[in-house]
Amino acid sequence: MNQGGLVAALQGTVLRVLLPVGLALFAGGLILLVLGKDPLGYYGYVLQRSLLRWGGAQETLTRMAPLLLIAAGLIVAFRAGIWNLGGDGQFLLAAVASAALAPVLVTVMPRGLMLISCMLAGALTGAIWSLLPAVLKVRYGVNEIITTLMMSFLGTSLANVLIKLVLRDPDTTVPQTRSLAVDDRLPRLFGTTIHAGLPLAVAAVLAVHFMMTRTAFGLRLQVQGANRAAAVHAGFRVERLTIAAFALSAALIGLGGAVEVLGVWGTVRADWNPALGLLVVPLVFLARFNGCAVIGFTLFFSALMVGGESAARRVGVPQHYVLVLVALLLLFLGVVEYLDQSRRKSGGP
Amino acid sequence: MSALLTEPFLVSLLFGAVTAGLPLLLAGLGEQISEKAGVLNIGLEGMMLVGAYTGFVATYHTGSFWLGFLAGGAGGMCAALIVLLLCIRSGLNQIVIGIAITVGAEGLTSLLHFVQFSRSYPRLAAAPALALPGLSNLPILGKGLFSHNPLVYLTVILVGALTWVFRSTYLGLSLEAAGNKPAALDAAGVDVVRTRSIAVLCTGFLAGLGGAYMANVGAGIFVPFITGGAGVIGIVLAMLARGRPLMVMVGAALFGASLAMTTALQVAGIDVPTDVVQMLPFAVVMAVLVLFGRHSMLPPALGTPYVRGER
Repeated sequence: MNQGGLVAALQGTVLRVLLPVGLALFAGGLILLVLGKDPLGYYGYVLQRSLLRWGGAQETLTRMAPLLLIAAGLIVAFRAGIWNLGGDGQFLLAAVASAALAPVLVTVMPRGLMLISCMLAGALTGAIWSLLPAVLKVRYGVNEIITTLMMSFLGTSLANVLIKLVLRDPDTTVPQTRSLAVDDRLPRLFGTTIHAGLPLAVAAVLAVHFMMTRTAFGLRLQVQGANRAAAVHAGFRVERLTIAAFALSAALIGLGGAVEVLGVWGTVRADWNPALGLLVVPLVFLARFNGCAVIGFTLFFSALMVGGESAARRVGVPQHYVLVLVALLLLFLGVVEYLDQSRRKSGGP
Repeated sequence: MSALLTEPFLVSLLFGAVTAGLPLLLAGLGEQISEKAGVLNIGLEGMMLVGAYTGFVATYHTGSFWLGFLAGGAGGMCAALIVLLLCIRSGLNQIVIGIAITVGAEGLTSLLHFVQFSRSYPRLAAAPALALPGLSNLPILGKGLFSHNPLVYLTVILVGALTWVFRSTYLGLSLEAAGNKPAALDAAGVDVVRTRSIAVLCTGFLAGLGGAYMANVGAGIFVPFITGGAGVIGIVLAMLARGRPLMVMVGAALFGASLAMTTALQVAGIDVPTDVVQMLPFAVVMAVLVLFGRHSMLPPALGTPYVRGER
């Protein structure tokens, strides 16, 4: 690619990303105006609270860890043509598994080993929870959208049942698992409140990007995602690839649950469900399944969440407004992409 | 166990099952129409939520439940219009737009609720019920099944009507072709885009109607996120029913019963975590899939936009 082509490609990318973001913020601002709020005041407050203030920025970065791991998991699945929409169940069960193990293991092994074992247990739990949809898809061709959604409902309820009936800490009034002491949680980085899960999550999403775009295994997954018949024809073991993609996807999402528990909460309360599984899906689409780009969108979303929660109290715009912004962003992304395609088809520049 | 077999327990179980199952049935039937025509409506939850909001607002201001249902259906159709314009006409990814609709509806209705109702949380009066003559005098069944809002009976009639439409009408055939082999439908001189548009608008109407029933009759109030995953269950029901409306009804009854069981058990004073009961229908369906795992028989063209002349 020559220099001019590179510049044009870069321009196109910026246009296709920044234009939808700008349009969404603009349309969202109009909604705020209709509601009688000051859009610039709101955006300014969110920006200041979530990124410009050091405390808020730390919070924003900490929130990114589970989002990034879920995104990594979704990228593996979506690139392999698998609609893993059961992230919530995988995330929660993994969180419960690691929360249940941690207080027990910490008494018998050093902290580092305990943390690693708990993260592995979380990843494994996630992977196991995806096994049934994977096998049903491979063996009977049952659509994974329904099976993963059902397993997600099942997993969410099962997590609650486990907390309330089996793992309940007898010393608390609200049902929750036994709490892991703050000193035993994931180490904090350089005196900040950001825990070691963040670099781990960034590394994971970059590794996934590298694996999907630069390795033979990733290429096989992408081929079977794009055209199953072609993959069979090329002699790939499609069944194994499908199960591997499911397991890897769910393991990464499960790791996200484990990291959130080990890094931030130290326990899981009954009926706790951040429901991040479906919220990360739009971010992964906005990034076009690109592991590097998703980091930027996750930062954007995380900042919106942190700033939006605070703005609900200070500026009087409910936190749910963030959801409207995400939806507008998705819609405008689609529209810009469509206009871009039809411009190219009609032979434009 | 004797507490489980008393008349009040059984009546509240049956009555609750119908009330909880009806929105699932309406949404599931709606999704089924779209899926037949080859459109995957992941935004079903959002359509229900919009319908719940518009339906509640209409009934709150006019006092009429029928106007509320109409407004709910119209609200759902407005949300479906986005699918029509962006997915069917412009060929954008149906899963992305579907998620956008759900997320956007969650945000927008919560925002509107915050502005209008968050200080007062107004409630509606009890919805009118129609006791079917004769049948409503039966013991237990009469109060449990035959003393509901008229929309319940209309929906049961709709199940029969849809079965007939799918099986023996030109429109049903067109829908089926639009999902199975849209190019063939096009070659036969029927507009694929138009057929799919009709299907999606019907889906929006039925999902919105289900949402309005949920808010106006089931809860008597609109709160943010009131649908709580009913749209997702609707998608599951439609996919499992393999194109048969009656199977959607069976599934909706199963899920409705388990939702009602959680409250009925509390009425009977039995202390089981509600989560255990909520797991049951999903566990049953997964077990059925594993044991009798047959191919799910979805239309081949599901989720793909139709572009004339493209292979």
